[in-house]
Amino acid sequence: MVDTPHLDEEALAELRDVMEDEFSILIETYLMDSKERVESLKEAMANEDSDAFAKTAHSFKGSSINIGAPRLGALCLKAEKVGQSEKLDEAPAILEDIDEEFQKVTSAFQALISRGAG
Amino acid sequence: MDVSAKESNAESAAASGPLKVLIADDSDSDRLILKTLLTRLGHHVLDAANGHEAVALFHSGQPDIVLLDALMPAMDGMEAAREIKRCAGERMVPLIFITSLSAAEDLARCLEAGGDGFLSKPYNRVMIEAKINAFNRMRLMHQTLSEQRDLMHERNRQLLEEQHVARRVFDNVAHTGCLDAPNIRYHASPLSIFSGDVLFASPRPAGGMLVFAGDFTGHGLPAAMGAMPVAETFYGMARKGFDGADIIREINQKLVHILPKNMFCCGVMVEADFELSQLKVWNGGLPDGWLVRSSDALFRLPSRHLPLGILSAGQFNAEMETIRTCPGDRLLLMTDGVLECSNESGELFGERGVRLAVEGLDTTGQHPFDALMRGIQRFTGSQKFGDDLTLCCLEMDYQEGLAALPEGAVPSILAGPAEWTCIYELREHSLGEFNPLPLLLHICMEVPGLRRRSGEIYTLLSELYNNALEHGVLELPSEWKYTPEGFGRYYSERALRLSKVSDHYIRFSFHHEPMQWGGRLRVICEDSGQGFDFQNHPVLQSTKMEQSGPRYAGRGLMLLKRLAESIRFHEQGSRVEINYDWYF
Repeated sequence: MVDTPHLDEEALAELRDVMEDEFSILIETYLMDSKERVESLKEAMANEDSDAFAKTAHSFKGSSINIGAPRLGALCLKAEKVGQSEKLDEAPAILEDIDEEFQKVTSAFQALISRGAG
Repeated sequence: MDVSAKESNAESAAASGPLKVLIADDSDSDRLILKTLLTRLGHHVLDAANGHEAVALFHSGQPDIVLLDALMPAMDGMEAAREIKRCAGERMVPLIFITSLSAAEDLARCLEAGGDGFLSKPYNRVMIEAKINAFNRMRLMHQTLSEQRDLMHERNRQLLEEQHVARRVFDNVAHTGCLDAPNIRYHASPLSIFSGDVLFASPRPAGGMLVFAGDFTGHGLPAAMGAMPVAETFYGMARKGFDGADIIREINQKLVHILPKNMFCCGVMVEADFELSQLKVWNGGLPDGWLVRSSDALFRLPSRHLPLGILSAGQFNAEMETIRTCPGDRLLLMTDGVLECSNESGELFGERGVRLAVEGLDTTGQHPFDALMRGIQRFTGSQKFGDDLTLCCLEMDYQEGLAALPEGAVPSILAGPAEWTCIYELREHSLGEFNPLPLLLHICMEVPGLRRRSGEIYTLLSELYNNALEHGVLELPSEWKYTPEGFGRYYSERALRLSKVSDHYIRFSFHHEPMQWGGRLRVICEDSGQGFDFQNHPVLQSTKMEQSGPRYAGRGLMLLKRLAESIRFHEQGSRVEINYDWYF
């Protein structure tokens, strides 16, 4: 877990290659999407809806891996499992980790975009 | 995947043109990546954020391939997949699930919902391209097959329609004649719309019947084409009074001309004379016919000739075998299909099957036709018989008016000749080789008033001619014919004497004149023979002769007396003169 990088440089390079000019739009889309997902997770936890919690975590995991944020993806997998096994009492701790990791990913992406733009 | 393979894939995608790809994913970023990827590959992309949108876009956009995220809000991928597959119907639209699900049961659910395959997240550009190309190949193959299937259906429909039309024409030409007469029973089971088998029956102008059963090599349209002229020849000539041998000779000649080398027609011609109780049979290549007799053992009528359509006129032998019968005797004719019926273990019904089915029937009282049909059914174990199969049973049972030719069905609008004279003389070897009756009948039929009575005229002419030939020229004693031994002797002697005819003739003189009531035909038949003692002939002395038994000559004279207005004998009976009157 500790070894998993915040961003997967190789995946990002390929994405940049595919997306060309639209790379920054993609990143912004991802960040906006993810922000919503973090909120949805919190909401599901508050409602004690473990099914919604698991589904949101599953989607979040998929897009995070796709975008090249494997560490966040791994945390989402953990959350998905918690939701699936209906152990929402473990959710707050994981959610805290996700929140923290998402902040880091956001900063890293923003740095990447401004560097790319500059 | 190496570079060259990648290029060839790109080429094949380009060759099939850009595809319309529907993608559905609730994650905006994932959708953006996928859409961009596919667009870069040259495809046109429709994108949806949930299942509902996907189904709606599927309807409006008619995509070629669908990529669906399995888990989505507002109708998830599974449900959308089911709906899309339902809409697509027969059309093959590959549906690929994009998923990070990995549990076997989850993946199985995707396939059950109609998915054709998977793509896993995270996306791999190379995999996506390869998958899309692979599924597109499948789609194109399906499309080609569907088109070919539709084309085949259409062709088949056209063919059937053409066959139906052809069938109507065929049935008009190759009608069943008098097969529905009460003394005939038959079965025909065509394999296709046209069977290679034919079965015709026609009454003869002076009574009696002709039956022809044939089996062309092959079946379907080619066989039907060959059958048409056979039908036309058979019915046309039978109506005009030609005998079985004449017709079979003509049919052979026609088929030799029209059939390709590898095609021919096995056939049997039967000429039945109920009054004389005799059968003449010519069998060329068909299975043995069987005469099932009420009083006697089975009598076998094997093929003695090559099939029709092979030998040239010079080599062809139309000689028919003559068999004496008793009233109630039944003749079974069949095509190869009967012998070729097979049972479950592939054994053939064969000649043995036929023999077993019809042997010893007189004790059970069962009709041989029923017995044979039942035998085949029992043997094959089904009601459906394989090959073209034709079976016909003719009973030697004459009832007046059973199957008469339609008399004067088509009265001519032409008045025809009213006053005419005609002399026709047949000499020497032609006496044995040529049957003048159809020609003589034809001359008389030019008179519309006589045309309505072709049966009677034919009977008169045939009695006069046969009497002149057999008793006048050949001097055959008619008594011979009334014993089984004499019957054979009569016909062998007839053939022998015919071959030695010299210095002989038979001459017909016709004279027709109009009368107040209609018309009168005078026929004088003269022959070069010794004549007979007409002065003391019992028939001419007394009508009580009728009770004295079926004496041939007696019967002939009785007929002449009954049909003609007057009959007179001259020159020791070698000159007979009759007057025949017809009325408006």
